[in-house]
Order: sequence, then C-alpha cells, then structure tokens
Amino acid sequence: MHELSLVTSLFEVLEEEARKHGAMRVLSVRLRVGVMSGVVPDLLESAFDMYKKGTIAESSRLEIVVVPVKLRCPDCAGETVREDADFSCVACGSRRVEIVEGRELVVERIELET
Amino acid sequence: MTTKTLTVVRDLLATNKQAAAAIRKELRGRGILGVNLLSSPGSGKTTLLEALADRFRGRLRMAVIEGDIETERDAERIRAKGVPAWQITTGGACHLEARMIGRVLGDVPAAIDLLFIENVGNLVCPASYDLGESLRFVLLSSPEGDDKPAKYPQAFLSADALILTKADLMPYLPFDPARAAAEALSIKPGLKVFTVSALRGDGLDGLAGFLVESLDRLRAGRA
Repeated sequence: MHELSLVTSLFEVLEEEARKHGAMRVLSVRLRVGVMSGVVPDLLESAFDMYKKGTIAESSRLEIVVVPVKLRCPDCAGETVREDADFSCVACGSRRVEIVEGRELVVERIELET
Repeated sequence: MTTKTLTVVRDLLATNKQAAAAIRKELRGRGILGVNLLSSPGSGKTTLLEALADRFRGRLRMAVIEGDIETERDAERIRAKGVPAWQITTGGACHLEARMIGRVLGDVPAAIDLLFIENVGNLVCPASYDLGESLRFVLLSSPEGDDKPAKYPQAFLSADALILTKADLMPYLPFDPARAAAEALSIKPGLKVFTVSALRGDGLDGLAGFLVESLDRLRAGRA
C-alpha cells in the first residue's frame, strides 16, 4: 500500500525529464512492474490518476507492463520464467537460482509534447 | 508542437537506494551492525528487542530506531531497558524509508555496536525498502500460522534470517516450526532460522551468537 509514495517518485522523474527536454506536457508513461516488486498495478494506476491532476501529466496515460519472475540457474545455465513463488530451476531443480527479473519498478518510456 | 518519445531506465526506488547506500557506508565506517526487523504487527519485535537488551547489557551497546504509524510506546519500552531509542511515527505510511533513518542517524551515539531498526508492522511494503542495514530479520510468530512464507514471499526472499517467535505457545497451536522453516527455505535457500521465546529465553543464545559473529565479520571487513 505504498503506491502513492512511489507515484510521488514517478512524478519527480517525469518533471525532471520534461524539464530536461523542454516539454510542456507528458502524453504517456510506460512502467515495468515486477510481480515481486510488492506493487499492485491497479492501486498504482489509481494513485497515478489521483496525483496527476494539475500536473504536466494531467491528460497522460499510464501503461503498466507486468514482468514475471525470471530465474537464472548457475548450475545448468538455464533460464526459467515462473508464475508461482517456487524459486527453483525448471530444468534441473536447483534452488541456487538468481532472480534476474521480476523485482523491478522502472520507468521505461515517456512520451512528451514539446 | 511535436511529440518526443524517450526510452529511459529510471528506477522509482533509486532515491531510496542511494540514501540506503549512504547509510550502509556510514554504519560500516562506524563499525555498527544495522539490523532491520520486519514482521506483521504483534509478532514480537519489541519483546525480542527487550530480551536482547537484557542479554547484551554490559557486553554490547545497542540502540533502536522504532517505526510505527502512531505513538511513542515502543521507544518507551526500549528506553525502559536503558537502551537509547528513537521513535519515527510515519503518520499512516506503511513502511520506513531510508531517508527517515538518515535523519535520525546523526543522533545515534558513536559508541554503539548494534543498531536495530524495528520497521512498521507489515509483511508486505517494508520488504521493498532497503534501509542501509547489514542484516534483515523477518519474524514469524506461532499464532500467525506456519503457512505465511509462501503468502508473503518478498519479505522472506529479502531476509537474511527468519526468527520464529513465541515458541512458548507452539505446544498449544497447530504451528509446525519445521514446516515454516522448510517453506521459507524453499523461497530463500541459505536463510538462517532461529526459534525463540523472548519471554522464556529459549533460543536467544543462538540468536545473540549470530549477531555477535555478524558484528565481528563486519568489523573484520572494515579493517
């Protein structure tokens, strides 16, 4: 339930990028949200819509790309994409896996009107 | 009027990560072991800290930063044990952020060995925020049930140690510490597991020993 505090950070990023590029308005934003990021996309959207009023992103669209957990296995070099919370390699069963995707919370694209 | 599309990689937690890195550096430089405690409300974080204060009295110097939505109650309990404590009231926020810790850090005396940060009681949100700690403990109390690790994987995944608390109640509850530990270990292999009763003192030797070892390791790395 800390979506509003994340949206505050998101608007800091948007304002900074808009200023840097001399933009008047933000038209759209794309976020990558890992399933293990602890963020609920619906809540993030609500928080975004609440926050955007009166900002340079007032009429913008928020697009959220949900990123599943991707594991890399150091034992067999295999990569596994998991839907559940079982962090083991599908190929060899190893549990020494490294989570390479699925925890991110990043802005990946911003569309600006200059 | 033109449209410009920017492809960027901007981490929304970047500000917190930077603040956490600065805290970690400062704590290491001062030879202080920072420990972040995560759990649901009421699983025994403050009671565990009270028991550790008794155990370390005269041996190691503790300090505690307490995070709660409201009240000074937890900090008062810790101060009653003769341990310096600072209360951060978040006023509704569900977790502590590194910036909040950074603001208190200047008040923490130099001659401290262990700095505990008791996070807001919540097994979800605090998991996403690095506070610059060296160790993260997740507490799970026996009345909560042994099925929690898979339900809140982020908290267990991000932890260094799992503390199963309220061991004195385990004989009366359908809580199997082995099952809780196995589930947590399937999420985070290598997780250290301790079963304790802070009220009776069971298991505290092992936990205290782990803290001392971790402090020694941190200080050896500093030299």
